[in-house]
Amino acid sequence: MATDDKPTVLEVKNLWVSYATDDGPLNTVRNVSMKIRRGEIYGLVGESGSGKTTLARALVRYLPRNGSITSGSISLAGTDLLALSPGELRKVWGARVTMVHQDPSKAINPSITVGEQIAEMARVHLGMSRAQARHKALEMLEKVQLPDPESVAGRYAHQLSGGMLQRILIATALTTNPQFLIMDEPTTALDVTTEAVILDLVRDLLREYQTAVLYITHNLGVVARICDRVGVMYAGEIMEEGSIQRVFTHKLHPYTLGLLGCVPRIDIDKRDITLHTIPGHIPRPDALPEGCIFGPRCTFNDNTCHQTRNPLMEVEPEHFTICGRWADVEKSIREDFAQEKAIKALDQKDAPLVLDARNIEKQFKLRRSGLSNLFSWKPEVVRAVDNVSIRVRKGATMGIVGESGCGKTTFARCIAGFEQATSGDIFLEGEALPYSIAKRSKSTLKKIQLVFQNPDASLNPQHPVGQSVGRPLALLGNVLQSEIDQCVRELFEAVNLPADYVNRLPHELSGGEKQRVAIARAFAADPELMILDEPISSLDVSVQASLMNMLAELQKVKGTAYLFISHDLAAVRHLSDWIAVVYLGRLWEIGSAEDVFTPPYHPYTEALLSAIPIPDPNIHQERIRLQGSVPSAVNIPSGCRFHTRCPRKIGPICENEEPPWQNVHRFHSICCHIPLEELTAMQVPVASETEEEQQ
Amino acid sequence: MIAYILRRLGMILLTMLLASVIIFSVTQLLPGDVAHVILGQFATPQAVENLREELGLNRPIIVQYWDWLTSFIRGDWGISMVSRLEVRPMIMERLRNSLMLASVSLLFYVPLGILLGVIAALNEDRLADQAISGISMAFAGLPEFVTGLILIGILAISLDILPANSSIEPQTSFKEAFPFLILPAITVSLTSLGYIARMTRSSTIDVLRADYTRAADMKGLPRWQVLTKHVLRNSLLPTVTVVAMGIGWLIGGLIVTEAVFGYPGVGRLLIYGIQRRDLILIQAISMLIVAVYSFSNLAADILYGILNPRIRLGG
Repeated sequence: MATDDKPTVLEVKNLWVSYATDDGPLNTVRNVSMKIRRGEIYGLVGESGSGKTTLARALVRYLPRNGSITSGSISLAGTDLLALSPGELRKVWGARVTMVHQDPSKAINPSITVGEQIAEMARVHLGMSRAQARHKALEMLEKVQLPDPESVAGRYAHQLSGGMLQRILIATALTTNPQFLIMDEPTTALDVTTEAVILDLVRDLLREYQTAVLYITHNLGVVARICDRVGVMYAGEIMEEGSIQRVFTHKLHPYTLGLLGCVPRIDIDKRDITLHTIPGHIPRPDALPEGCIFGPRCTFNDNTCHQTRNPLMEVEPEHFTICGRWADVEKSIREDFAQEKAIKALDQKDAPLVLDARNIEKQFKLRRSGLSNLFSWKPEVVRAVDNVSIRVRKGATMGIVGESGCGKTTFARCIAGFEQATSGDIFLEGEALPYSIAKRSKSTLKKIQLVFQNPDASLNPQHPVGQSVGRPLALLGNVLQSEIDQCVRELFEAVNLPADYVNRLPHELSGGEKQRVAIARAFAADPELMILDEPISSLDVSVQASLMNMLAELQKVKGTAYLFISHDLAAVRHLSDWIAVVYLGRLWEIGSAEDVFTPPYHPYTEALLSAIPIPDPNIHQERIRLQGSVPSAVNIPSGCRFHTRCPRKIGPICENEEPPWQNVHRFHSICCHIPLEELTAMQVPVASETEEEQQ
Repeated sequence: MIAYILRRLGMILLTMLLASVIIFSVTQLLPGDVAHVILGQFATPQAVENLREELGLNRPIIVQYWDWLTSFIRGDWGISMVSRLEVRPMIMERLRNSLMLASVSLLFYVPLGILLGVIAALNEDRLADQAISGISMAFAGLPEFVTGLILIGILAISLDILPANSSIEPQTSFKEAFPFLILPAITVSLTSLGYIARMTRSSTIDVLRADYTRAADMKGLPRWQVLTKHVLRNSLLPTVTVVAMGIGWLIGGLIVTEAVFGYPGVGRLLIYGIQRRDLILIQAISMLIVAVYSFSNLAADILYGILNPRIRLGG
């Protein structure tokens, strides 16, 4: 690798970090060693609770008050960081080490202009005058490709989009040209299209600056796209470490293998695979199992695993693992794919219609927020959903994808009756539904159930979860009072929760378990249509995988129709039979999942697909990027409303005329001015090159 | 911004109108009518009737209210029933005194409260925090006549460095009145200090935990710069509102403190009015207090808007 001969910037040896808690010390990071060279991006992956963020904060000695480094050493280009006084440390922070935080809207001070937040860096560390620092700030804003730096510099955080704010944080972090940069989930809070643009920018800038980078993420696709090396962290220790190529092709630890198996992929064209899952939970640092810490969740474990705990071993050059059975793990990879089992869906094209929503529109009257609204008394109209028609058949899943703010959730809320549609028709099993939930009959309410992103939203924190699941049974009158307990237990079994969980309170459950309860509660009413609004987005990949498997299984058994809303295209691809692509309140492409994900695509679909980080470094995706963010639904662009960002815009026709619907075939339509033959000719399948390479 | 202020002023007018209805009705509900009150228990019915006629009390309530409201707006606040003097100069003189006491108190307890709150926040859950929170809440809990008497006992009687009695003459200049203001101001401050300190403490703790504060630390800015520029600018915003709420209370609510020190402020005049059943005086002072509350809240909201770019510039 090109970076091998570069000098080491960060060297960590046998680092232990401990938190003082009421129950005694918690060793959250144990015996971690790592090296990051100049110009190298080191990806640190792991699920929540694995200690990634604690490690990052320990590396710069910025731990919470109850945290401390108990042993080990950290050396930054020859400086022993643990020997520095707090005053000396502040001279290192910002000058030699900088950090980009997770949520850019929170990491930028709301009452200081963004330009000043960059300039203060230059004044303190580069000794610049006010004028010089101002100039430097503009230069950095230009470096991160923000249009019109002059005007951006004078604005406040709330006036800028998430993508712009993240660029500003990156600009700030690079102002002093530091030796070492920590990026903590820098794109997690962003849309997939924005994430792709930011990742490109980060990659290019870091190549130019030759900074050593620790890149923390839970997203293996992101690691594959921008990192040189990766360390897989689990319960406070590094399980496997090596170059991207080696780790992704020869996974030498069952945890890495498990994580990769959990992720649904858009490039594997098999709708009938069951995702892998990792059973169990991450152990608490004060309750580690004997022997290998991954042992109890590992499918490879044998007796030796429960007795010995291995250190990181170099099993091939620059590739380390702690797994004693790495050879077996590596061998298993091929067999692994053969074990995929098929879930055959109903032949949906003829299945009865459950939901038939026609020309749904939803407009909100809105006053602009802040004092500026007082200048205009006329309320503005937001066209959140503008003429969307969608059908869902029994036993089938309709996936709705689009960036945040495209109207997908509003559409679902109109169907559910939480929002009253402005116009359109909603038919459920052929029966026209009133817009408002208050006017719908009890039997209709029973037929439509919802699962939200945040399970806490549907569980009463004061009630045992069994009671929350039993409520709809009693209220909607499917079952006799005496049978409720039995039904609740059956539902818990269906969602793979132990029966004794019925008496627990929501706060005693993990996020994934709570979401299972929410799903059990929704199924309690035995609905015909289940609306799933980002049900897995806030969960770890292994939990996501088991929930997706469960949803697929439940659908197979019960024949429920799903309306699945997500910004995660891979998850939508995995779970859906049909996919609708939404942008600015309108449908642009609709068809079966296979068809939507193969050319011809709508240019917007193409851009979304190209943006998804695929967890395989051998795949080279087409680089189609959308600039800027979704325009406001108050001022919708003329003609084709996607023309302001369309990478394949053909001319004035796009600005002036609404595009026509074109049928690729009976079950696949695209709304675009570009003729289908031309689209097919210029587009390539997602990650096609790799599939050919592999064969 | 101007439109906002105009709209808020409209709201204040509405509030005052509503308050005037309430104040007027409550004073009408008090037992015994004005004529009885003025003439005393043993007046002849004829004398009462004559006076009612003279004062216009025989007219319908609505007419009386309208008459009272319009003359109030014109600046004719009526003649005191007891002293037979014009009410307005009487109140204005007291208002000046109250304003003097209020400003001295504010200048004392607001900076001190903020300082203590910030110190407590920086030492969250440590000794300094517990001491500040504990002591300031204890003072906030003690009634003013207790703190006032303790202060008189120590500073006026034992040490004899300040006057125990603050009953100054009307027209006393601020300079001359100043020594008499100190003890009441400290008494008032000890009560209010706790609220300011607690408010500042909790919002500062929130901001110290915010991501942008961590980001500012990681930028390697000097600690005092992180504190003054990144933390306080955000954490003092809620305190502005608490201070404004205090102003209304300082003008109209210092009844006990003014009584303990014999200080001639608006609060004492109100008590005097109530004791003598001087309805005209009570009405006028009540209206004044409502106005002070309304305008100090408006001032706070405007200041909050100016300090907070999210409101100043809209979203």
